[in-house]
Amino acid sequence: MSPREKAATLALLALLPAAALAALLLGETFYITLATRIAVLALAAVGLNIALGLGGLVSFGHAAFFGLGGYAAGVLATNAFNAEPLAFGLAGTTSMPAISLVAVLLCGLVALPIGLVSLRTSGVYFIMITLAFAQMIYYFAISWPAYGGEDGLSIYVRNAFPGVETAKPFSFFVLVFALLLAALALFHRLQASRFGAALEASRQNPVRLAALGISPFSIRLVAFVLSAMVTGLAGALFADLNRFVSPSMLSWHMSGELIVLVILGGKGRLAGPLAGAALYVAFEHVLGGLTERWQFFLGLVLLAVVFLARGGLIGLLAGRPRHG
Amino acid sequence: MAEPVLAVDRLEKAFGALKATNGVSLDLRPGEIHALIGPNGAGKSTLINQIAGALAPDAGTIRFLGRDVTALSTAARARLGLARTFQVSSLLPDFSALRNIMLAAQARQGSSLRFLRPVLSDRTLTEPAMAILARVGLTARADVPAAELSHGERRQLEIAVALAMQPKAFLLDEPMAGMGPEGSKTLTAFLDGLRQEAPILLVEHDMDAVFALADRVSVLVYGQVIASGSVAEIRSDPEVRRAYLGDAA
Ligand SMILES: Nc1ncnc2c1ncn2[C@@H]1O[C@H](COP(=O)(O)OP(=O)(O)OP(=O)(O)O)[C@@H](O)[C@H]1O
Ligand SMILES: [Mg+2]
Repeated sequence: MSPREKAATLALLALLPAAALAALLLGETFYITLATRIAVLALAAVGLNIALGLGGLVSFGHAAFFGLGGYAAGVLATNAFNAEPLAFGLAGTTSMPAISLVAVLLCGLVALPIGLVSLRTSGVYFIMITLAFAQMIYYFAISWPAYGGEDGLSIYVRNAFPGVETAKPFSFFVLVFALLLAALALFHRLQASRFGAALEASRQNPVRLAALGISPFSIRLVAFVLSAMVTGLAGALFADLNRFVSPSMLSWHMSGELIVLVILGGKGRLAGPLAGAALYVAFEHVLGGLTERWQFFLGLVLLAVVFLARGGLIGLLAGRPRHG
Repeated sequence: MAEPVLAVDRLEKAFGALKATNGVSLDLRPGEIHALIGPNGAGKSTLINQIAGALAPDAGTIRFLGRDVTALSTAARARLGLARTFQVSSLLPDFSALRNIMLAAQARQGSSLRFLRPVLSDRTLTEPAMAILARVGLTARADVPAAELSHGERRQLEIAVALAMQPKAFLLDEPMAGMGPEGSKTLTAFLDGLRQEAPILLVEHDMDAVFALADRVSVLVYGQVIASGSVAEIRSDPEVRRAYLGDAA
């Protein structure tokens, strides 16, 4: 990473907790929640950035994992709240570590067959198949009355994390931000590793990668599953943040939003998802307060990014990526 | 006679009505350079692609190191020790010259499912890669992205990547293409030494290079091998002269 990119990354990483802290000191709880929203969306986008940014896999179905993570939190908490056991004699739980683990494993398990099928294709077909799988899960959630169906599912009490008062907005922010940092550290290590080299090679030239003796398919499959797991963790946190989960978390709008975050921030760049999420939420909040049509202006920004600044916000701040 | 490293038997491949490979049989023996020549569109690259596993033949078999590899994927054949270069350079454009070679070294070492240790400080990758860069004379360009290398440098890097795989056989598809007379001369000397490491199936239009290097020459025309033999035999073959060599012989 160039010194400039390092500086930009550290600045972005400092800015978010600084903003949350300022909001805490000023008593502006709403802005703490906004900062938490940025951190959760950034975490979801870090997940997608593994597949899309490093692997060049345009998954239009990552809402499936975001939503499954959310439903894992919602369903487990609801069953714990109602003291009803789940299937197979398992009990519900309000423990965030347990919920996170379930969300991550569930998303990994679901991503495996989806990846096995969709990664046989590429380009537009890959986009369509990932979309199709996500829509299947979306319609399943809508038609599942036991857990709210179309209306979604409320989480009455924020789930618990040992040693953290999760009900306090700032404490919850710190927890989410810590998980975001951990995911970013993982992404950074991953990108620099042997696996990361093979994954980036599969994006640049899969024919060359195969000629070296590395199967692009298996590398992509592992990346897809890891990517889904990180996005699933974010989904569980998102449900906790809103104390609510609904099928909209699973919808194709959400998949599109995640792609927008990654591209806006700079795909394949460590801090891209954070930059993208910050910009997106700022737009949503500032412009959304002025006009219903804020997404029109977001569209303009996206056009500018695609045509003028291929590297997204990080590209503007830190120049082109360096691959060593 | 030594067992061939690579043996192609009655291979066939059609693109629609065009028989690009029409019953080709040939082999590659230890320590030799076997040149494959023929006019444009004769089916040389198509044959290389089938041997490497990038194209599936319609019929026939490919044996490598005594094993039938006809049904194996490109990656599986590469892992067995089959290294190919591309007629049009096919590299990792964003990666530096060094990282292009390091990935080949990584592939040779085995698992790419290692997630935490950074490659750039992994001396089991950087050291062999630097040594190979030095061998092909690209040391000064180690950190330059492949996309920014000159045409000739990219051709050299193609060879370097194949070297890093430490293969049991090389498939080189027109390595001299666009290299210029100086570059061709250097590369000819280089390939001359390379045959000791592993035999080479060499597709090449540069007849000076072919005649200087080849232990055997096969001539492909319209998907068929019309002649096969020593350089002297091929140069004096009237049919080959008519179909391909013309004045070059
Ligand atoms: N994928 C393909 N689909 C259809 N036709 C093809 C395909 N690949 C090659 N061909 C045709 O097959 C024939 C052989 O092509 P090939 O590239 O193997 O020739 P070559 O001997 O390598 O020629 P050159 O010396 O120009 O590289 C040509 O007529 C070409 O147009
Ligand atoms: Mg060719």
